[in-house]
Amino acid sequence: MPLLHRIVRKDHAAIAFTLDGRACEGRAGDTLLTAILSHAGAVRLSEFSGQPRAGFCQMGACQDCWVTLAGGERLRACTTPLAAGMSVVTGSGIAS
Amino acid sequence: MTGRAQPLIVGAGPAGIRAAQALVAVGLRPLVVDEAPACGGQIYRQRPVPDGRSAKSLYGSEAGKAQALHGAFHALAGHIDYWPQALLWNLRDGDADIAVAGENRRVAYDGLILATGATDRILPVPGWTLPGVFTLGGSQVALKAQGCAIGSRVVFAGTGPLLYLVAWQYMKAGVEVAAVLDAAPFSAKFAMLRGLPLFPAIVLRGMRFVAELKLRGVALHSGVGGVRIEGTREVSGVAWRSGGREHRIACDGVGYGLTLRSETQASDLAGCTFRFDERDRAWLPQRDAAGRSSVAGVYLAGDGAGIAGADAAERAGERAALALCEDRGLPVSPERAARLERELARIDRFRDVLEAAFPFPAHWAGGIADDTLLCRCEEISAGEAREAMGRYGIVELNRLKAVSRVGMGRCQGRICGGAAAELLAAETGQGIGSVGRLRSQAPLKPVPLVLQPAVRDRETAA
Repeated sequence: MPLLHRIVRKDHAAIAFTLDGRACEGRAGDTLLTAILSHAGAVRLSEFSGQPRAGFCQMGACQDCWVTLAGGERLRACTTPLAAGMSVVTGSGIAS
Repeated sequence: MTGRAQPLIVGAGPAGIRAAQALVAVGLRPLVVDEAPACGGQIYRQRPVPDGRSAKSLYGSEAGKAQALHGAFHALAGHIDYWPQALLWNLRDGDADIAVAGENRRVAYDGLILATGATDRILPVPGWTLPGVFTLGGSQVALKAQGCAIGSRVVFAGTGPLLYLVAWQYMKAGVEVAAVLDAAPFSAKFAMLRGLPLFPAIVLRGMRFVAELKLRGVALHSGVGGVRIEGTREVSGVAWRSGGREHRIACDGVGYGLTLRSETQASDLAGCTFRFDERDRAWLPQRDAAGRSSVAGVYLAGDGAGIAGADAAERAGERAALALCEDRGLPVSPERAARLERELARIDRFRDVLEAAFPFPAHWAGGIADDTLLCRCEEISAGEAREAMGRYGIVELNRLKAVSRVGMGRCQGRICGGAAAELLAAETGQGIGSVGRLRSQAPLKPVPLVLQPAVRDRETAA
């Protein structure tokens, strides 16, 4: 279930990315966090308990929303602008 | 230029912007570094792209202030150096390490103005790590900067002016606000009457938010306790106790926060002396009325040096810059400096009113359930922390961190540090001022590993 609900920018230019291999679309002006949570209910699983996490502060302080790209690069989703072709890998089926 | 290094301003919110403006006015060229892509700080944060909403719709009654600040900063272009999306992650011996554009830049500075801002203050409640739970500030960022709601039916809980402001903003944006749950008892709000002579417009605006929420049928509950956020993989509802009864309401998003806490890590690395502040229940860098810290050449302004809000931050930023000028023997209007200090003192009196109207529910700390996570990074429960305190006789916060890993995760205690201090104080019967404060460490936030270019290495070796 998508966690964030768009109120504006619904018709802004689409930006393609993938989430665990699934083709997704964000919108121009999205952060990576917004893009992921417009499609999924979490961005990662806790490395300790395996519980889902979806960020908390949205201002780069809590470090809850780090995600991994297919190339191994790790990004803090709330402070990273969505870029075309990003391939986010949660390894957890979060997107399904 | 005199050949001296540039002054460095950290943060481009209201304090940083006004500080930069004041330095430029006397002919200095500061370097401004800011983590965000555009100026404004959190309160006056700008959207990444236009989205059809007006400044009035984004910033409400503060639209004029937001536009004035953004405009003032843009007018400084060419007179300052400005690095957006830049993280100051270390300070040592007059050098700052700044991660920007994928590289590390070491900058020698002469004069440092720290305007690092604040984040939400939190006490853990069951379910606070569930997807769909965001801080009040985070809920506001989602709406303001991203034009997204954190749910289709949202509960806002906690206390502080932000609680009602964000609830009202969501309602105005057409999102269903299921309830507003305020930890403060209803009677505490009468304290706001004492604020009327000081800042009538602010008090009346707050009353208007409450009245309009009520008018639209939003359930407002005061004196709440026992807040539990329910759900397994995502938020499904909130339960709480108020008026002697248990309540429960279904929702798919929760905004939560208990007023704000200062971001003090940079002032800690700068070597500033800290003092315990009873009102903020936090250790804060010491400063004089002008913003001078205990370290020569280091100045503090805005919420990062003690919670006072955006209006105070603008004035404190300018005053700190004037102090830097005074200390360099540059011309400064004493009348202007005195006026800023008078205005800051007035706002400080109002802060006492707000604190009385939205008291921090310190009594919640002792009641945090053992199975509730205290540290969300390392996933240490309150029970594990209590066990560590008991087993090793811990009475000090850094010792608790060393033994239990509370505060040792990626956020470095930004989120759990205050709560861990409150829990330690409650468990040991000490005052909150006696349990110590977490020491800050570089890097102040996670930074990518930056490797030296391989070509240069070979040249050096050859």
